Amino acid sequence: MDDYKPNINVWKEFFNLIVSQKKLFIMLLILNIIIGILDSVFPLFTQYTIDNFIVTRSLNGLKKFLLIFSIIIVVQSINIYLFVALNGKMETIISYTVRKRAFENLQLQSLSFYDKKAVGWLMARLTSDINRISEIISWGFGDFSWGIAMMISVAISMLLLNFKLAIITLTVVPILAIVSTYFQKRILNAQRKVRKINSHITAQYNEGISGAKTTKILSRENINLLEFSSLTESMKAESIKAAFISSLYIPIVIVLGSVGTALVMAYGGIMVTTKAISYGTIAAFISYSMQFFEPIRQIAGILAEFQSAKASAERVFSLIKEVPNIIDRQEVVEKYGDFFNPKKDKWPKIEGKVEFRNVSFAYEDGKMVLEDFNLTVEPGETIALVGETGSGKSTIVNLLCRFYEPTKGEILIDGINYKDMPQVWIHENLGYVLQNPHLFSGTIKDNIKYGNLDATDEEIVEACKLVNCHDFIIKMEKGYDTEISQGGNLLSTGQKQLISLARAIVRKPRIFVLDEATSSIDTETESIIQKAIDRILKGKTSFVIAHRLSTIRNADKILVIKDGKIVEEGRHEDLIRRKGYYYRLYTNQYIEEKSREILNKQ
Amino acid sequence: MREIKTLLKYMKGNKTIYLMGIIFVIFSELFTVLSPLVIRTAIDFIIGDEEINSHLIANIIDLLGGKDFLRKNLWIIGIILIAAATLRGAFMFLKSYLSSKSAENTIKSLRDTVYDHIQRLPYKYHVKADTGELVQRCTSDIETIRRFLAIQLVEVSGSIFMISFVLYVMFRLNVKLTLISMVTLPILFSFAYVFFTKVQKTFEEVDEAEATISTVLQENLTGIRVVKAFARQKYEILKFDEKNKDYADKAYTLMKILATYWGCADFICYVQIGLLLLFGSIWTIEGHITIGTFVAFITYINMLIWPTRQLGRTLTDMGKAAVSVRRINEILDEPIEILEENHLKPEIKGNISFEHVYFEYEKNKPVLKDITFTVKAGDTVAIIGPTGSGKSSLIHLLARLYEYTKGSIKIDGIELKNIDKAWIRKNVGIVQQEPFLFAKTIRENIKLANPKIEDERMYESAKIANIHKDIMSFDKGYDTYVGERGVSLSGGQKQRMTIARTIINQCPIVIFDDSLSAVDTETDLSIRKELKKRKNKSTTIIISHRISTVSEADLIIVLDKGRIVQMGNHESLLKEEGLYKRIYQIQNTIDDI
Repeated sequence: MDDYKPNINVWKEFFNLIVSQKKLFIMLLILNIIIGILDSVFPLFTQYTIDNFIVTRSLNGLKKFLLIFSIIIVVQSINIYLFVALNGKMETIISYTVRKRAFENLQLQSLSFYDKKAVGWLMARLTSDINRISEIISWGFGDFSWGIAMMISVAISMLLLNFKLAIITLTVVPILAIVSTYFQKRILNAQRKVRKINSHITAQYNEGISGAKTTKILSRENINLLEFSSLTESMKAESIKAAFISSLYIPIVIVLGSVGTALVMAYGGIMVTTKAISYGTIAAFISYSMQFFEPIRQIAGILAEFQSAKASAERVFSLIKEVPNIIDRQEVVEKYGDFFNPKKDKWPKIEGKVEFRNVSFAYEDGKMVLEDFNLTVEPGETIALVGETGSGKSTIVNLLCRFYEPTKGEILIDGINYKDMPQVWIHENLGYVLQNPHLFSGTIKDNIKYGNLDATDEEIVEACKLVNCHDFIIKMEKGYDTEISQGGNLLSTGQKQLISLARAIVRKPRIFVLDEATSSIDTETESIIQKAIDRILKGKTSFVIAHRLSTIRNADKILVIKDGKIVEEGRHEDLIRRKGYYYRLYTNQYIEEKSREILNKQ
Repeated sequence: MREIKTLLKYMKGNKTIYLMGIIFVIFSELFTVLSPLVIRTAIDFIIGDEEINSHLIANIIDLLGGKDFLRKNLWIIGIILIAAATLRGAFMFLKSYLSSKSAENTIKSLRDTVYDHIQRLPYKYHVKADTGELVQRCTSDIETIRRFLAIQLVEVSGSIFMISFVLYVMFRLNVKLTLISMVTLPILFSFAYVFFTKVQKTFEEVDEAEATISTVLQENLTGIRVVKAFARQKYEILKFDEKNKDYADKAYTLMKILATYWGCADFICYVQIGLLLLFGSIWTIEGHITIGTFVAFITYINMLIWPTRQLGRTLTDMGKAAVSVRRINEILDEPIEILEENHLKPEIKGNISFEHVYFEYEKNKPVLKDITFTVKAGDTVAIIGPTGSGKSSLIHLLARLYEYTKGSIKIDGIELKNIDKAWIRKNVGIVQQEPFLFAKTIRENIKLANPKIEDERMYESAKIANIHKDIMSFDKGYDTYVGERGVSLSGGQKQRMTIARTIINQCPIVIFDDSLSAVDTETDLSIRKELKKRKNKSTTIIISHRISTVSEADLIIVLDKGRIVQMGNHESLLKEEGLYKRIYQIQNTIDDI
C-alpha cells in the first residue's frame, strides 16, 4: 500500500503548521532557551559557593546568594511546568488540526478512492501517523531548541570561566555528536524493524484466533505453531539486535564523557595547583563535562526521529492534499451550493426519470465494465438488475448514485445531466439500502434520523411501522433510545436491515436503490422486509439488485446483465416464458427456497 | 505470588542470564559511585593539601608514585577516571544486553505458549470467544510483561543499588551532610508514587477518548457509502470534530497535570540541591568537611534525587505487569484438548456407525437423541432437516470437536473415543458453512493442511471445486494474496476455495456442512460428479436442503428436533408420507410460477 508517490514537501508543511501557531511557537522557543541557559547556570552556583564562601572562609553575601538561588529555582520550576504544558498544547492543537483536515478531505473523496485504500490503512494514517507528526513538531522542536540553547550556554560559560580549559574539554563534543548521530539512526532503524514484525505478530494472533475453528478441522495446529514460532523467532532476533545497539550506545557515551572529565582533571588540576583557576571553577567544569551528554543524545535522537517521521508526514499530507476525482464545478456550486451549503431552494424537484445515454465506464486500470449502455426509466418504475458478481450491475447503480461518473456518455435525471448539478442534489433525493446494514453508534432514533435530520418523532415511528420494526423496538427496554453498540450484538442483522430501511424512508427520497438489501438475512425476516419494500417502492423510481429472485417478481422491468450488457429484459412472466437464463436461475432458487420453507415450518 | 511463579516458569533456561544481568547492575552502579570518590581524592589530597585521613587512600596514592608525583602527572587520575567509566560502561552494556536477551527469550516462549494454547482450546471455547479481547491480551499484556522484565525490573534494581551505594559512601564521608542531602527524598518518592497512582484514571480517560476517535473513524470509513448516499459529509465532519476536540481537550488536561508534577518534582529536587549547597558550604567553612567531600556530595546528590524521582513512576508502572500476568494466566488456565492421547491411529476406510448416540451442549438439554444409523465405506449420506435440528452437531461429533454423552460411534468398528483426535481430524475433512480464509496466497490457502502437497494435486482439486478458472483469471493466479487490494473474492468463490482445500487432502470421510448450497446448482453437481470419479471413493456426508443433491445419496436421513424422523433412500422415502416427499414434490409445482 506504500506505492503512492506523493510529491509533498514535508518541511514546507511542517513550517506552515508551525506558522499557524506562531505565538505559541515563539513562546516555546523563548522558554526553551531560558531553560537551557538556566540549566547551564546551576554548576555556577557550586563554583560561586566554593570560591566565595569556602575558599575565603566567609559567609559574606550568603543572603543575596540564597535569594538568587531561590528565585532561580522557582523560575526554573515554573519554566518546567510551562515547558510541559505548552508543548502539550502545541501537540494537541497540531494533532487536532491535522486530523480534522485529513478527515474533512476524506469525506470529499469519491468511492474510487476508497476502492484503492483499505480502511485499516487509512485508520493508521489518521491515528498513529498524525500522533507521530504532532509529537515530533511539538516535543521534537522543544527538546531540540532546549538542547541547542543548553549546549551553547554551557559552552559560553565554560569559555568565560576559562578559555583554555574550555577548549580542551570541548574537544570531546564533536566525537560525542558523531557517535550519537550514528547510533541514534541505527537504534531507530532497529526499532522500526521490531515494530514491523510486531504488527505481523498481532495479525497472526488475530488470524489464529478467528481461524481457530478452521485450524482444528484441518488439524493444522503444528504447522501454525511452526509458522508463528518462526515469526516470534525473528522478532526475538531483531529485538536482541536492537537491544545490542542501544545497550552499546550509552556506555560508549559515558566513556567518551569520562574522557572529558579526565581532561578537566588532568589539565584543570595543574591549573589549580598553579592557581590559574579556582577550586570552584574546576568543580563547575567537572559538572559541565558530565552535562554535555544529555542534550547531544536528545538532539541526535530527534534528528533520527525526524527522518522516520518524514515518511509518516508524507502519507498524511498527501491524504490532506488528495484531490477528489468527482468535483462539483465552480459555477454549479455558485448556483446550487455544495455539501456544506446546499441551496436547496434553487434545485429543480426530481420526478424520477432516469436515462443512461451511451454510458461507458472503465476502472482506472483500463478494465472496461460497461460499454455504450443505454437505459430509460420512467418516473415511478421499479427496475431489477440480475446478474453474476462482476457482471456490471453494481456499477450501473454506483453510476446512478454518482459514486462514480461515466467515463463516456451521460446520465440524465429528469432530463438534466447530473454533472450540471452538485453531487448533493442527487444524494439528497436518494434512498439507499445496502447489503450489509451499516449502522452508527448512537441510539436507534439517531440512526433513523441519519436519513433526515429534521425528521419528527412521529415520522420516525411512522417509518418504523411501515417496515415492521416498530414492534420490536418498543419491546426493548429503552425503545427508540436503545444504544446500538459497536459490534451491535443486541440486534440481529435482519433487525438492523429494517432500521436501515426506516432510515431510507424518513428521507422521503425520489429514487430508491436497494443493493442486495435482503441477501444477508434469513428467510423469515426476509418475507417481512419484502412486504415492507413492496409498500415503500410504490410510485418511486427504484433500482433493485437482488440475489433472491423471488423478491423482484413485481418489478416493472427485470434486466439480466452479463459482461456489462443487457442479455434479457422484461417482466418476470415474460422472462419465465422465454425459458432462458433467468428461467434457469429462477427455478433453481424457487425449489431451494420452497424446500427451506417446508423444512423450517416443521 | 502466583504471578511470580508464572514468570519464573517461562524464564526457564534464562534465569541465569537474567541473574547475571542483575549482578552486573550492581557492578556498574559501584563504578558509577566510584568516580566522584576519585575526583574528591584528587581535589583534596593531590591538588589540595588536606591531610590524608585514610590508610587505604594513603596506600593507593603511595602505590601510584606518591602525592607529588601524581600532582605533576595528573593525567594518571584522568586515566583512572576513564578506566572506571569504561568498567562501568562495560557492566552497563552487559546488564542491559543480557537482561534484554533473557527477557526476549522468555517473551518468545510465552508468546508461543499462549498462541499454541489458544489454538488448542476446545471448539466450544472458540464458538464463544471474544476475538478482540483475546488479541488484546496476547499483544498488549505480553508487551507489558516484556517491558517489566527487559526494562523496569532492571532499572528499579539499578536505582535501588545506586541509592544504597551512594548513601553508604555519603554516610562514610559525612553523616550529618548525608542526612541533610536525603531529607526531601521520602517526600519526592511518595509524591511521585501517589501522583502516578492517582493520575492513572486521567490516563485511561485519554485512552478512551482516543478509542472513541478510532470508533467514529472506523464507522465512517466502513460506512462511507452510507455517508455519501445520505449526503451526510457535513454531519460526519461535525461529529468527528466533536470527538476530536474532546480528545484534544482531555490530552491537554493530562499534559497540564503532568506539567504540574514535573514542575513540583523538579522544585523539590532543586530545594534539595540548595540545602546541600547551604549546609555544605557552612560546614566546609567551619572545617567539618573538606572541599573534595563537598564536591563529591554535589555529584552524589544528582545520583540520589533523579533516580528517586523516576522510581515512584516506574513502580506504579510495574504494578500493571502483575495484572497482565493474571490476564494471561486466565487464558492458560483454560483446559486444552489433548490431540494425541496415544490411543489408536487405525487406517480409516470410512465405515461409520452411530448407535443410540445422545449429545448435549448444556446439561439436560439434549441436542441429539438416540441417533442410530450405519454407512458403508464409499457411500454418500445426505442429512436434511430444519435449522437447529442437530445436523451440524452430528457431524461435529464425528470429527471429535465435541464428545457424545451417551451411546457409541464407531469408525470401521473402532470406538471413536479411542481414536486420537488429531488422527480423526486428518481423516475427516469438513467443508465449513462459513468459509474462513487465511491472509496468505491462494496456493497456501488450498494447501493449508499440508503445504508439501505437489501443485498437480492442487490444480486437480481446484478444478474439481470449479475454482481453477477463477483463480487463473487473477493477475497473479495462485500467488494472489487473499484480501489483497483489488482482488475481492465473492462468497461463492470463497466457498469453492474451502471445498478445494478440503478435497485436496483426500480424506476417507468428507463432510459438506451446508457448504454446497452456497455454490450454484451446476457447480454443486459437477463437484459431486468429480468426487465420485475418484479412485478411492470417500464416504461423503452432505448436509443440504437442495433436493437434487440429497436425492442421489445412498442414505438420506431426515432430522428434526435432534431425532431421526425418516431414513432410507430416495425411492423408499418417496413411498412414505413425510417431510421428504413434501419437499420433493415442490419440483412439480414449478409450472405454477
